[in-house]
Amino acid sequence: MTDNSIVEIITAIFLLIGGLFALLGSIGLARLPDFYMRLHGPAKATTLGVGGVLIGSMIFFSTHSEGFSLHELLITLFLFITAPISAHMVAKAALHIHLPYVKRTRGKPW
Amino acid sequence: MLVTAIPIAMFMVSLAIVLNLWRLVIGPSLPDRIIALDTMYINTIALLIIYGVYQGSALYFEAALLIAVMGFAGTVALSKYILRGDIIE
Repeated sequence: MTDNSIVEIITAIFLLIGGLFALLGSIGLARLPDFYMRLHGPAKATTLGVGGVLIGSMIFFSTHSEGFSLHELLITLFLFITAPISAHMVAKAALHIHLPYVKRTRGKPW
Repeated sequence: MLVTAIPIAMFMVSLAIVLNLWRLVIGPSLPDRIIALDTMYINTIALLIIYGVYQGSALYFEAALLIAVMGFAGTVALSKYILRGDIIE
């Protein structure tokens, strides 16, 4: 097994993990019963999915072109900083307009 | 290996975008639609980067970075609109 194919396998594994997490986050967004639960899918799983895809891409471009590829780190850093902020803002907006929650909720959102 | 992995990953991310679109259409409230739009931005970034690996070209990262910045600005602006009734006070 050559060195190149090991890198390809690692890249493929990271791309598949990223795609799987993005899909799981979107299934959570589509299927969960109320807004406060639906917020969790995009805020956690989808960000992790993009992180996985970006790590795969970083490995691929670091080995296939000369030099170290660090563009992806910029996007990863930006997304990991801004995703909690945007989730916080949307949750605040939802609390402001008093969205309904499911009856089984124990700790009330407000 | 990559030849089989990239179409599978692209299919999963595309299915995620279709699910987001469904939530964007049926979403019962305005914050649901905002969060669906924000997730669509993030999934589009993932799709663009997988396509960049497929093409072997680093040209798509600038587009992905632009989508990330604009998506964040749009989400914050829409949330501020719900919160205050105005974007810039």
